[in-house]
Amino acid sequence: AAAQSRPSALQSGESLATLKNESDSLKKKLEEERAKLHDVELNQVAEKVELVSALSIRTRRVLKGHGNKVLCMDWCKDKRRLVSSSQDGKVIVWDGYTLNKEHAVTMPCTWVMACAYAPSGCAVACGGLDNKCSVYPLSLDKNENLAAKKKSVAMHTNYLSGCSFTNSDMQLLTSSGDGTCALWDVESGQLLQSFHGHTADVLSLNLAPSETGNTFVSGGCDKKANVWDMLPCASVSCRLYDLRADREVAVYQKDSIIFGASSVDFSLSGRLLFAGYNDYTINVWDVLKGNRISVLFGHENRVSCVKVSPDGTSFASASWDTSLRIWA
Amino acid sequence: HFSIPPPPPPPPPLRRPASWENGCAAVFAEALHLGNLLVRYGYIYPLKEPRALQLKPDESPYRFQTPYFWISTRWPATELDYAIYLAKKNIRKQGELMEYEKESYSQLHKRINHTWDFVVMQAREQLRASKQRRKADRMVLECQEQAYWLINRPPVGLSLGFLFSSMFFLFYSTLFGSMELMELIFDPINKDPIMHGCLPSNPWISDDPAHWALNADQVSVPTRLRVERWSFSFMELLNDSMGRKEFMTYLEKEFSAENLCFWQACEDLRHGETSKIVQKVEEVYRQFLAPGAARWVNIDSKTMDKTMEGIKHPHRFVMDAAQMHIYFLMKKDSYPRYLKSELYKSMLAKAIVPQETKKSVFPFMRRQRHSSPSPAKVIATATEQDGQGAGQAGANSSAVSQV
Repeated sequence: AAAQSRPSALQSGESLATLKNESDSLKKKLEEERAKLHDVELNQVAEKVELVSALSIRTRRVLKGHGNKVLCMDWCKDKRRLVSSSQDGKVIVWDGYTLNKEHAVTMPCTWVMACAYAPSGCAVACGGLDNKCSVYPLSLDKNENLAAKKKSVAMHTNYLSGCSFTNSDMQLLTSSGDGTCALWDVESGQLLQSFHGHTADVLSLNLAPSETGNTFVSGGCDKKANVWDMLPCASVSCRLYDLRADREVAVYQKDSIIFGASSVDFSLSGRLLFAGYNDYTINVWDVLKGNRISVLFGHENRVSCVKVSPDGTSFASASWDTSLRIWA
Repeated sequence: HFSIPPPPPPPPPLRRPASWENGCAAVFAEALHLGNLLVRYGYIYPLKEPRALQLKPDESPYRFQTPYFWISTRWPATELDYAIYLAKKNIRKQGELMEYEKESYSQLHKRINHTWDFVVMQAREQLRASKQRRKADRMVLECQEQAYWLINRPPVGLSLGFLFSSMFFLFYSTLFGSMELMELIFDPINKDPIMHGCLPSNPWISDDPAHWALNADQVSVPTRLRVERWSFSFMELLNDSMGRKEFMTYLEKEFSAENLCFWQACEDLRHGETSKIVQKVEEVYRQFLAPGAARWVNIDSKTMDKTMEGIKHPHRFVMDAAQMHIYFLMKKDSYPRYLKSELYKSMLAKAIVPQETKKSVFPFMRRQRHSSPSPAKVIATATEQDGQGAGQAGANSSAVSQV
């Protein structure tokens, strides 16, 4: 109205102000409309994308040797070795390709819930009910007791739920039932940084590298910063969350699935999502279309951990049935 | 540059087939449509009205965009890159940005405030470097860069055709994120072995570890896919030890190898043992930063001052700012030139494309599965032989181990 009463030749500053006001009110209207509508879901965007043709994924290796439930595993960067940890207190390093057990460590506690392979391939980290994360350098001297060279790095006030080396052997990221995540210097055992923000147990963590540094995401029982929902029985879905848009973009669930998922990982391209469930199966989901592509049977108890190998040629699963399987 | 002439007139009435006019016009319409898409996606750009992203059949001049700026190269147009571009424009035109650019600029200033010093400094550096070019070259480059950003960060009112309406660019919608995810998933570089197999075969299925042998860290001849990955992004090149070696060879020819050496020394500092930090920082300073240093690297004065302050209390990340400066310098300058060089092209030409091993028709006995040397053993030998010193990527801290 103010603009209309002016003479026709407006100063450029004034016309810009009017435009800005118009733009602001449009933005507000759009925000309102957007809040009313459900934001676009991933499978709508991927409507024209072709379905994934049937995959013939089968068990290619079965790793037997643990005496009790296998709780966690991690791949070595060499794409064939892996480390696994179990309720029986043992941590085993395998060559998945030949099935050879190369190292074994007996932990002072049972329920070793977390383990990780160092990027150099020279050490493994593990911990659990001992509330610690320790690093074991891998020695090829058969006579040497690996436990003798053990180095205590992380100390939490509750169980260790996850651990991961950052880009090098020198720093370790841990998550704990005490609700925190922490970054540690391996050599000195010093706490470098502590991450508070979860209001309940932190159950997992994952790193995402970028040009200007590293970020990591953690998932917990408080449903905060979840990349996937971990409450068994309360939720049987896997969810994909866009952190920048601050919204969920896809849910992977089926009526026939009534048991929760314990662990997920993406295939190399990101098109497939492998999820291990408490009903002993592994489901393969199409990330874009949201449909389930296949169900994989083989384990005889809950699947506790699923991880794709570094070059994407296979993925491994750890289970309460005391075995690990490699699938391709 | 070139221009599109108006459609050709129909030939004389004699012997003209009835469908001629339709046929001619239809082909022309389709060509125009394709041409419009080429303009909208930035492969060719208009010279006279850069913001009018359409192909006009009326003698308006157009120019081909340089392949470096093609959307298909998937060079991720990050916020940092855009901020640097706007900062350059701001400095060059003394604040005369377009309205939407001013808004983006202030939004970016809020979002990535922590790296703003770096942004301004990079902008100044790039402007200084461009002043050393011939005026004609400089103008062409400026046009190309402007065209690139008009496509990648279009103002309100412009859109990328089928994607979504202009207003969605004002705030981050899940649609935008989903499109990005789709692009990532369908990128041929991320070929998924579980979905599409791998060459010559998947070792887990065929019991033949040839795939791992061909892609091992140290091979005499790399696979074609591996060499192509180096052109995907600078990070891909640097993350591959072979790629890094090749790039070093190229830089040595250009007499700018000290940049990569410095970068590697900083990586070694960041990922190495805590007990060696003080010693490494001293070495890096002595070799690369001290006045008259043997392999002196060109850091701007502000970053240098900040680094010198930090050196008084050395820690793992004290070289981060300087390292980032050199990283972006290589990324913007040496890296694109390396990709056009004979060295890279010849590597691409001699790279292997493994033949697919077909599953044999007859049942075969399960092959012997051979073990591989443990990474622990490999690294242990290396430590004994290696000397210490800045400029070497430390064996202990290198991420990948051999098969």
